[in-house]
Amino acid sequence: MPTLKELARRPNPLTGGHSACAGCGFPQAVRLVLMSIDEPVVVAGATGCMEVTTTTYPNTAWTVPFIHNAFENAAATISGVEAAYQALRRKGKIDREIRFVAFGGDGGTYDIGLQSLSGAVERGHRFLYVCYDNQAYMNTGIQRSSATPFGASTTTSPAGDVVPGKQQRRKDLTAIMAAHGIPYVAQSTIAHWQDLTRKVKRATEVDGPSFINVLAPCRLGWGTDPSQTIRLAELAAETCAWPLFEVDHGQWKVTYVPKNKLAIEEYLKPQERFRHVFEDETGQLLAAIQKDVDEQWQALLARAGLGKDGKA
Amino acid sequence: MGGVNGHVVTQRRRMTMTGAEATAEAMRQIHPDVVAAYPITPQTDIVMRFARYVSDGVVQTEFVPVESEHSALSAVVGASAAGARAMTATSGPGFALMHEILYVASGYRLPIVMPVANRALSGPINIHGDHSDTMGSRDAGWIQIFSENAQEAYDNLIQAVRIAEDPSVRLPVQVTQDGFIITHGMEIVEVLTDAEVQQFVGTYEPERYLLDVERPMTVGALALQNSYFEVKRQLAEAMVNARRVIADVGEAFGRLSGRYYGLTEPYRMNDAELAVVVLGSTAGTAKVVVDELRNRGVKAGLVKIRVFRPFPAQNLRDLLRGTRAVGVLDRSDSVSGGLGGPVFAETKAALYGLPDPPVMTGYVYGLGGRDTTPEMIESVYEDLAELARRARDNYAEVVADAALAGHYLGVREPGQNGSPHRHGAAKLGER
Repeated sequence: MPTLKELARRPNPLTGGHSACAGCGFPQAVRLVLMSIDEPVVVAGATGCMEVTTTTYPNTAWTVPFIHNAFENAAATISGVEAAYQALRRKGKIDREIRFVAFGGDGGTYDIGLQSLSGAVERGHRFLYVCYDNQAYMNTGIQRSSATPFGASTTTSPAGDVVPGKQQRRKDLTAIMAAHGIPYVAQSTIAHWQDLTRKVKRATEVDGPSFINVLAPCRLGWGTDPSQTIRLAELAAETCAWPLFEVDHGQWKVTYVPKNKLAIEEYLKPQERFRHVFEDETGQLLAAIQKDVDEQWQALLARAGLGKDGKA
Repeated sequence: MGGVNGHVVTQRRRMTMTGAEATAEAMRQIHPDVVAAYPITPQTDIVMRFARYVSDGVVQTEFVPVESEHSALSAVVGASAAGARAMTATSGPGFALMHEILYVASGYRLPIVMPVANRALSGPINIHGDHSDTMGSRDAGWIQIFSENAQEAYDNLIQAVRIAEDPSVRLPVQVTQDGFIITHGMEIVEVLTDAEVQQFVGTYEPERYLLDVERPMTVGALALQNSYFEVKRQLAEAMVNARRVIADVGEAFGRLSGRYYGLTEPYRMNDAELAVVVLGSTAGTAKVVVDELRNRGVKAGLVKIRVFRPFPAQNLRDLLRGTRAVGVLDRSDSVSGGLGGPVFAETKAALYGLPDPPVMTGYVYGLGGRDTTPEMIESVYEDLAELARRARDNYAEVVADAALAGHYLGVREPGQNGSPHRHGAAKLGER
């Protein structure tokens, strides 16, 4: 495992000068993921903030080969790239190891891209798919996705007088990917660099498809201070709103159990998208969110064979 | 099965095969690096035969059995950008599902080759052959080559590789064949040797490709107002270049096989007064009608459009100049409110400004695989004779009327029972 200093000295796959917002989460996700891989990589990206802010012609922020095809097909595209690699290797035209990584936001992964992702991992292409999950369609103006958590206000699930934000739970995509029975699936955040780099290393070691869901806060969509992005990702794990875990060849393992699980309001309070939760004097909405988080955390612990206290 | 004696053809053979078999055989001989495909009737026969070649080790192609046509073309875009010779095949609704990515493939100038088994589009659902699928993508920046029969489906596919990869073109190519009529109809096909095909298509050596990790490049950057327009302008230029390249490749293929190909194929057009313009399998039926009419002294002729994109406008001007009446047959409808199908509209546009132009009228026929009989085609020539006769007395009015006519050939009109009537050239708005 590289140390943080070693990581920082590696060639940067994504140069500065891209046009992502100050405090945006995805560049951290991209850098941590790609700098954890020792072999040369070829990257595919779905339509979204990442692609828009890093490839505005005639500029590109990518120092590694990068392809953008469309919104819903990053997984299909990288599976074609990987198939080309297998074919050209067999014909002796390429003789080196190359790793393949696809990045998509939650819209392009949980929703419109789920079919192509599911198909690609079922076919067994050797590639890592990374979802940088900021929990809404941020690039088009903060619309709800199936990754948007219960209670969050977005432009298509606005908190109003009658409907207090999104009324459904977020889709548990990581579990869905685990259900494909692929070699490696994990969930991490941009704040947990050691956890994430270790998971990427493991994901690219396994012979087959792998998937990592990385929480990457969006300071614009979440309505938070740019300086707080990393802190929010930490709080997501400390409150168990976004647990860190992995499923390695079918074995569920929680990779971080907070010593003192914080109340959900610690995580929600700095976020504009949950402001209405604290304006509700009955406290019912906050209680409902806490209940939902607790239920999902307990279900995860049970899946990993841990007790309710997070211990074996 | 394609091929002979363990799938290796070392001698030219004349074989009985369907259009789908001939296409799979051409694919085997081309030996692409990657084929990604999804099954859809009537294309399925092509990819399942190719999958068998992969499973039997006859080809070393990477076969990607994707979960949808959208992903089929997406994967092929990835494979082609990665530096591989990549193909897919599709049909009807599957083709429609690819629509978004058709533009990505041409916009990225990827030399993808795609056989298309033409099929009608829903709704109502129909699995049989018409050109609604391909014609729906006529402005997507793909070269479109239509095949009259299984031999042409085979020949065109081999030529398509060279056309697509020509440095002055670098465009994706569709090679179409009418669903069921060609894909499932048995014909005699002359198959070239494997060595001849491989020599003809050569090896693919892209200038830049994704797997060249020493020279990283970004494919598919965001192009805004300052650059998108230029990309599309260059695409249009490539399509113009394709005209010459298609003609050259058709000539080279002729020298190899004895079967020469151009953008159009005139049939008994030298002194023709009445001409039909048609593409696909119906050209074969129409040739029989032309022969019969010629035996009866009628100066009938035919122009088959082989290449719809780039549109052979100059060829049509040259070939149709001097005719008195032209009927254009469309196996798809533009649903334009009476303007007829796309071939009619574009043929008319091509002839605009021609001095003393023929009277032109259009027919939509054969939708959803409806049989198109020699009698129906003959009725078109009868119409044309009548139009030419009337135009002698009242040219301006007849030309103007005919230009806006949207006829439906062989359709049952309300109130009719039984089979389509012989002179089924009903005109819209005349019910």
